Amino acid sequence: MRTRNILYELIRMLLLLILVSFLAFVLIAKSPIDPLVSYIGTNSTLSPEAKQEIVEHWGLNEPVFTRFFKWLVNILHGDMGTSITYKKAVSSVIIERFSYSIVLMLLAWILSGILGFVIGVICGIKQGGIYDRITKLFCLMVKSAPTFWLGLMFLVIFAVSLGWFPIGMAVPMGKLKSEVTVWDRLYHLVLPVITLTVANISEVVLYTRQRVVEIIGSDYILYARARGENQGQIIRRHVLRNVMLPAITLQFASFSELFGGMALAENVFAYPGIGTATTAAALSGDAPLLMGIALISALFVFTGNLIANILYGICDPRIREKEES
Amino acid sequence: MGKTLLNVEDLVVAFSMYRGDSLKKENLEVIHSLSLDVKEGEILAVVGSSGSGKSILASAVLDLLPKNAVVSGKITYDGKPLSMKTTPDLYGKEISFIPQSVDYLDPLMKVGKQVQGVKGSKARQEELFEKYRLGKDTEKKYPFQLSGGMARRVLISGAVMGNPKLIIADEPTPGLDLELAMETLKHFRTLADQGTGILMITHDIDLALNVADRIAVFYAGTIVEIASTQDFLSGRDALRHPYTKALYDALPQNGFKPIPGAQPYAGSLPSGCLFADRCPYRDDACAGAQPEREVRGGKVRCAHAT
Amino acid sequence: MRNTSLWNRRTRLTLLIVLAATYLLAVFFWGLFIDPSEYGVHYENKLLAPSGQHLFGTDAMGRDMFKRCIKGLSNSLVIGLLASLVSSVVALIMGIASAVFGGFVDRFVNLCVDLCMGLPHLVLLILISCMAGRGTVGVTVAVALTHWPSLTRIVRQEVLQLRNTQYVLASRKMGKSYLTIALTHMVPHVLPAYLIGLILLFPHAIMHEASVTFLGFGLPKEMPAIGVILAESMNHITTGKWWMALFPGLMLLLAVVLFDLIGETLKKLWNPNSGNE
Repeated sequence: MRTRNILYELIRMLLLLILVSFLAFVLIAKSPIDPLVSYIGTNSTLSPEAKQEIVEHWGLNEPVFTRFFKWLVNILHGDMGTSITYKKAVSSVIIERFSYSIVLMLLAWILSGILGFVIGVICGIKQGGIYDRITKLFCLMVKSAPTFWLGLMFLVIFAVSLGWFPIGMAVPMGKLKSEVTVWDRLYHLVLPVITLTVANISEVVLYTRQRVVEIIGSDYILYARARGENQGQIIRRHVLRNVMLPAITLQFASFSELFGGMALAENVFAYPGIGTATTAAALSGDAPLLMGIALISALFVFTGNLIANILYGICDPRIREKEES
Repeated sequence: MGKTLLNVEDLVVAFSMYRGDSLKKENLEVIHSLSLDVKEGEILAVVGSSGSGKSILASAVLDLLPKNAVVSGKITYDGKPLSMKTTPDLYGKEISFIPQSVDYLDPLMKVGKQVQGVKGSKARQEELFEKYRLGKDTEKKYPFQLSGGMARRVLISGAVMGNPKLIIADEPTPGLDLELAMETLKHFRTLADQGTGILMITHDIDLALNVADRIAVFYAGTIVEIASTQDFLSGRDALRHPYTKALYDALPQNGFKPIPGAQPYAGSLPSGCLFADRCPYRDDACAGAQPEREVRGGKVRCAHAT
Repeated sequence: MRNTSLWNRRTRLTLLIVLAATYLLAVFFWGLFIDPSEYGVHYENKLLAPSGQHLFGTDAMGRDMFKRCIKGLSNSLVIGLLASLVSSVVALIMGIASAVFGGFVDRFVNLCVDLCMGLPHLVLLILISCMAGRGTVGVTVAVALTHWPSLTRIVRQEVLQLRNTQYVLASRKMGKSYLTIALTHMVPHVLPAYLIGLILLFPHAIMHEASVTFLGFGLPKEMPAIGVILAESMNHITTGKWWMALFPGLMLLLAVVLFDLIGETLKKLWNPNSGNE
């Protein structure tokens, strides 16, 4: 019964993913980028006949729907087209770039999740105290600051003024790829990760805090007290148990913000991930790469949502029961 | 009857709160010089209408009042002052609590583990589930999966986990049909007969009369009379306070006669007898404080009671 | 006693709103009517640190950063206002339609919300801005078309609660049309939540406009805008010109915080119990 629900959810998401891709496809197709110019470059010396041939070969004058369908069929065959900017297959550009970004996102995601959760729980328990007030103020400020500005500020403070960290890039400039060590990579990762962590943490802290405050005010905490449970036991047995699942779910459901923040942070630190590739592709009208990135980013968001939904379905007994019956 | 377990003397509970946004805190007094006692092996039912502040009494005894509560008066257990600070070991063992509904159970913790709590054992829980006819599978259930009757028995199991000497039950029968309510009360009676003292807070005087030994009548934040159940059964003349008599008249079997007026709001209480403005016997003596008096074996706060 | 203290609280919150709104309006109008020469090019003054003369310092072309920020923020406010209005009208129509008609319409609206939230917000912003030809038009269209989903959900929820109230059921029994019910019963009740939602959209709109502009898909480089200024500052902060990034960002941050403050305070005023911590 439960597998059927997950299957249903998967199919729903797949259909939605196709629709989202179509939406992205239409947006890119309708943009004033001349696809022909994008493919052959602005200063090409091709004859009008040759141009016509290319147009027909790529089906550029066919209706959007037909072109989308062809694109979809190609995708299913593993062909995402060729990136104009990087002169490489879109799939290999995405794999290479995404492998950089995923490290950045994963680290920031875990850090902001764990730190935010712990801070949120402490704030909720000590609600109204000085620590809680300061943290809340900090979170409201950070929430109101654009991610790229946070990145700039960290750059100014830690890289320029203090000189602790490099200004940008994933690896030291002028080093051969084979010479780059893991430590080089980690060293260059620190500031982008901090930026993305700080940008994501306020949401986690504020949400967790709010939940903990609600839980502590609930009747079942009162009952636990009446039964002689001390503060530590109450937190371990009831507060954490009840706040954990919603917090984890929220963390999975926030992949969209994570991706956006990553793109901004990467651009500030010139980190060669999918975020810098996105801006490069969009600025140069690299339609195939842009489409590939749209698909991957949508897939990323959907995966997060899917995990969040499944987690809730499996872990919350109340929802599990409803789905089983 | 045995020795006194719980003794509450001149309990006053006020909530200090900001009204609106003024900087001065005001005290809103919700319980006024309330006194009662519970002895071993007896059921004392505190009866009053809904929303009159009865549950605050339970919270006060269990030291569960919110931080902005100001408490004065004496609450002693077995002769010693009772509080979470001084006697934390008593709670959940010698003194236990039966809440109103399963909403007081952690929604994400299995019932079995929850009944065991931090001071119980698995063996005792299994023994109790068998005693209260809760199936073997019940311990693996979550609170929301319990039916009304099962929920009651689970909550009772939780309360008797540590072989308590005193049980505080706050509205133990809301929303239950008569049969289930009677079944719950029967469990209480059995416990009391084995020596446990039970303080039962309820709005249902009819049900209370079925099991309680004594009835404490709660009105506008205080107890106006404590009478034996026998007095209620004997008829209105055996009762002492005009409110108790009015309550008696309002019972279905006694003609369903309502009392005009409403309980005063905690923020605007009269200085003397709280019942004065609804009382047919009101005179000048009602303007002063109404100390507790012993009248015909019961206790009453009324200058005119004889 | 009670009334006066309640009045005090209300006055204080109202005063807070008035102060915040005054600041934002002042920036808005100052920027709107500022003489472009005030932030004009003066090569003799380039890259000056903050001083009494140039509060926020000057940039590589000797332009006064403070005046540029004012103008830039004012531009952002115009775009934010436009975008929030469009988004909120879309949200109002979709939310009410979805809740009132239910069934197919409801499913369609939900699909639209899911679609809009299916891509990371920033990617969607970039795609729409590119489709609309980038620049001022591009970023405005992008911000306007992507901020309705959350508000749609709020409106839908509010209306759904209303739909089952006695007086709405009664007027349907009396044969009133959907449109009449929507206009006479739904709109007045949903309006407060909607207006507060609209104000709370503002900070998001402004931040996203700045982000898209920063990445190069928004306001053109020659236009004063916080996003443009911060993008330019990237070339100079490595040489220690920290003021070029710090102050413009703080200005943006302040504007966002103030909008948030106005929205949240209005919420408290509307529903006093919600703020009783």
